[in-house]
Formats: sequence, structure tokens, C-alpha cells
Amino acid sequence: CGGGEEQPEHVDAPAEFSFPPTFSVSEIKNKQRRHLMFMKLKQEKRKQKVAMKKKKKKERDALGDKAPPKEVPKTIENQRVYDETTVNPEDEEVAFDEGTDEFSAYFNRLTNPKVLITTSDRPRGRTVRFCNQLATVIPDAHVYYRRGLALKKVIPQCIARGFTYLMVINEDRKVPNGMVLCHLPDGPTAHFKVSSVRLRKEMKRRGKDPTEHSPEVILNNFTTRLGHSMGRLFAALFPHDPQFVGRQVATFHNQRDFIFFRFHRYIFKNEKRVGIQELGPRFTLKLRSLQKGTFDSKFGEYEWVLKRHENDVCRRRFNL
Amino acid sequence: MQHDDVIWDVIGNRAFCSFKVKTKVQNFCRNEYNITGLCNRSSCPLANSQYATIREEKGQCFLYMKVIERAAFPARMWEKVKLSKNYEKALEQIDQNLIYWPRFIRHKCKQRFTKITQYLIRIRKLTLKRQRKLVPLSRKVEAREKRKEEKALIAAQLDNAIEKELLERLKQGTYGDIYNFPIHAFDKALEHQDEESETDSEEEEDDEDVGKKEFVAEDEIEESDLSDFEDMDNLKAGSDEHEESSEEDESEEEMEEEPEASGSKGKMPLKGAVFRKKRAYVEIEYEQEMEPVPKSKAT
Repeated sequence: CGGGEEQPEHVDAPAEFSFPPTFSVSEIKNKQRRHLMFMKLKQEKRKQKVAMKKKKKKERDALGDKAPPKEVPKTIENQRVYDETTVNPEDEEVAFDEGTDEFSAYFNRLTNPKVLITTSDRPRGRTVRFCNQLATVIPDAHVYYRRGLALKKVIPQCIARGFTYLMVINEDRKVPNGMVLCHLPDGPTAHFKVSSVRLRKEMKRRGKDPTEHSPEVILNNFTTRLGHSMGRLFAALFPHDPQFVGRQVATFHNQRDFIFFRFHRYIFKNEKRVGIQELGPRFTLKLRSLQKGTFDSKFGEYEWVLKRHENDVCRRRFNL
Repeated sequence: MQHDDVIWDVIGNRAFCSFKVKTKVQNFCRNEYNITGLCNRSSCPLANSQYATIREEKGQCFLYMKVIERAAFPARMWEKVKLSKNYEKALEQIDQNLIYWPRFIRHKCKQRFTKITQYLIRIRKLTLKRQRKLVPLSRKVEAREKRKEEKALIAAQLDNAIEKELLERLKQGTYGDIYNFPIHAFDKALEHQDEESETDSEEEEDDEDVGKKEFVAEDEIEESDLSDFEDMDNLKAGSDEHEESSEEDESEEEMEEEPEASGSKGKMPLKGAVFRKKRAYVEIEYEQEMEPVPKSKAT
């Protein structure tokens, strides 16, 4: 009887076709027939969906102005679990903290940033090129070859020579995959996972090389307390006064705990439109740990460590 | 009975030995008590009833000896002697223990001992240097992270965000005087303001016009005195600015500066009742400036 049913349905289009309510596609043993029935089920569902949409649209048009406002679709950003460490702009505690933390020297214009960029042992070509390009993006950055030196011994020498930042690009399988960013006098050390590194050659429609002008800095979406300290960490890499003549802007954009770095040149066509052209490397960072004090993986005091199981619990919870 | 030759004939040459590893050129012996590691008649611990080796355990070297008398007791077959940590003393110990033993075994024992001490020294040196920590990556987790990153990138809409931020900064005036565009934005703001408060401004202007007319009359009387005229100019300029600042409270400094340089481009596009009347006032000024000139020419 199943075969008999099947054939007439093959011949005419499945127009007048409704499934009995206790029907389940998975109970058909024959694969071809099962597949056919599944396709039909899908088509039915699609038709119903289109019909629903049409109906809703009709209703909305009929109501005209009185129609209820369009529903905003749910996004991950909308549904984000409220983080109690979100910084309120007028928070005094936070303002006080920021007045006295390790970056206060920079934000009070007492120090100028000076960055030392190095790699892990025996870097490959890609990492070396990445370091060089980073050095062009960050003004007053120096690249040094790591001759197997221990970081703990490097740090006092850096402080003696007046560096404010130590950036170590870690390499794995000929590709940069980690970054340790250490604020020098006695500042926090952040360890990031680096991914999606695009060097200048690989960028489409890119502009000429960046000039020596200090770029502007854009920090987007750093809302929580941790995000705030990250923002300050990035801001202190660049000199205080950007040179607007250069029309260059470095962006750190946080989205769902991924920090995207971009470097653009902008031009204002009129007061409503701006054109941006990407130059310079791009990469994404994900914070793995934030440690108080300079680099010390054994005895350091960790302010925050990425624990995967915390974020596995709820997909709408983010830290930065 | 221990027939070494028979044993060797069987395992070394003809049949199978489970410790033997055959390669193209050479045969190796995987037996842990083997002294050289090669599969030879003289190195095989199974085919030699009198045998000695050096083995190392957790940084400590031991001399193992096997004699034919104990061949029947496998549990006690190997005699273990702890060697001193001092290299020379250990060599003397080996010599003492292996006195009257075949030359080959004595020599190989000492060679092996030397090699072992060398690699122990190397281990100690390396542990002082930086250790590379290998962190295992989970493929599933990495793939998940990669996908999340792609989705986050799409959700971020970076270009739009950057453009928006830059335009915001332009509006707030962080760029100062570099760009000339801001005028338009503020013109529009001005227009909105004017439309809202047109009637009020007209009344104010009427009052001011009344005042201005009086001013003009005074000037005509004092035409001849240039210094006085200059003072009048300054007074007028001062009142000009004052009026403008009072009317246009929300305009920027640029706006106040521009009227002084009369006839600048900034003024032209401005519309509204306010500025038309201002223009009329400016025209009157020019008329007055013109008059003293011909007088000086005459003289």
C-alpha cells in the first residue's frame, strides 16, 4: 500500500498534501522514500512560513499607523547577560582607581610610550615581518631579536632604558599565535591569543605604507571593569596627542570578547561621509589572562584568567 | 647448562630473537642490559654468561654484573653496584669490580659510563635554561573558537563602527579648525534654532535697529575726526560681536570670528531674518568709510 500511495504522488505535484499528525519521517526504513518524505515535509514547512509572513504583512498594512512597532530581532549583543562589573561612566570608585593605577602616569602625561617588540625563540619569516609591521604602526617601537634570553632578565634592562611596554609575539608552527603585553615600570601583564593575522601584502585594496605620524586611537565596546583596564592598556601604547595631519587611526574593537585591531587612513569627503582605507596589519586578540605586576608566570598574581568552562555555561556571557 | 655458542647460533644467526631490531646496514639489540646496543656475539647479554653493564637510574649510575655461577637463579642473576658520583672514583670502582674480566667488557663499560655522565651533565644544564612549555590544543575547541571569531567579526561591522566614530569626533570638534565642513552642520543647527525662535529674534532686531539708527546719526556729525571715527568703528565692532553672541548662544567661536572679517565665505550661505538685517548694517558701515576718503583727496 505504501508503494501504491507513492506513485500517484510522484505524478502530480504534492499540492493537496497534508501529513497525518502521528507521522514521523524517521520511521520509514527505505532511504529513498524517507528522503522524499523529508523533502516534502520541508517544502510544507516553508510554504506555511511564507503564508504566515504574508498574513502578518497584510495585518500590518491593514492597521496602517496603528500597527504595533516592528519587533527588534534578538541578537547575541541584545541578549547578553548583564555583567555586574559593567562600568558606569560616573562611577567614582572606578574614576578613583584609574587615577591611581599603573596607567595614571601615562594619562597624567608624565611618561611617553616606548615599546619593545620581540618574539619567542627562533622566529620564522612571517612572525618577523609581523613584528616589523607592528613597529611601523606603533610610533616609537623598537624590534629586537630574542637571542634565547629570559624575559625576567630582559625586563629590568628595559626599565633601565626607559621602555614603557614590552610586547612578545609568540610563534607556533611558523605563525604568530600569542602575545604577551607587559606594561613596564610595574604594570599589568596581559597574555593574548592572536589569530587571523593579515600582513600588509595580503590585504586587498590597501593603501600605501603608514607614515610616521602618531595615529588616533579608537576603543570600542570595552564596557566591563576588565574591559576598561584593557582599553587603558591599549591606549597607553600610543602617544598622547595624535597628529591629525597624518589622518591615521588605529582601532581596537571588542566584540564578544574578541578584540579586532585595524589600522586605517581616513579622509572626510564632507561632514556626513568619511572614506577609510585599510593599511597596516590586522589581527584579532583574545584575552587569556591578566596578571598584576610584570611578567612572572610562576609566582605572579593573576587578576583574571580565562576559564573555558565558565563561558560554556552560558553563551550570552562575556567578560570584556 | 649454559652453552653460549649454541644460544648465539640460535638467536643471533638462525632463528628469532625478540630483542633484535634489523635495519638495512646493521642490527640493534633492544635488551636493556646490552652494553653497546648492537647485536653482536660479544655484546649479546643472552649469549654471554659473564657480562657487565652500566645503567643509570634517576641520575645515579650502577654497574650490573652477571656471572655464570648465578645463571640458574634469574632473580639474583644481576649484581648491582652503586657507582660514586665522582667520575674518576667511579672509573676506579669499575676497574676494581671488573678486574680479571675480559678487556672488551671493561672498555665498553667505561665508555658507556662516560657517555651517561655526559648526558646527565647536559640535562642539568638544560633545566637551568628556559623550558618550553607545550600546551595541548583541543581541535574541537579551536574550531569552535574560530567559528565564534568569524561570527563576531560579522556582527562587529567594523567599517561602519569606525566611520561612525570618526564622524562623531568630527562633530564634537576634536579636530579643531582643520576641516571646513563643520560650518554646514552648524548652519543647519542654526537654521533650526532660528525657525523656532523667529518672532523673538525679530523683536530683538527691531530694538537693535532702532539703536543702530541712532548710532548712525552720531557718526555723520563726527565725520571729520578720523580718530573719533576709529573709536566708533571699535565700538560698532564691539557691539556687533556682543549682539551676535547674545543672539547665537550656541554658535562656535568660528562664527564670532567670521563676522569681523566681513564678506567671508562663511556668511554667504547663511539664511534667515537675522543675517539679512546684519548685512544691511554692514552696508551702512561701508557708506561711512567711503566719505572721509574723498575729503582727504581734496586736501
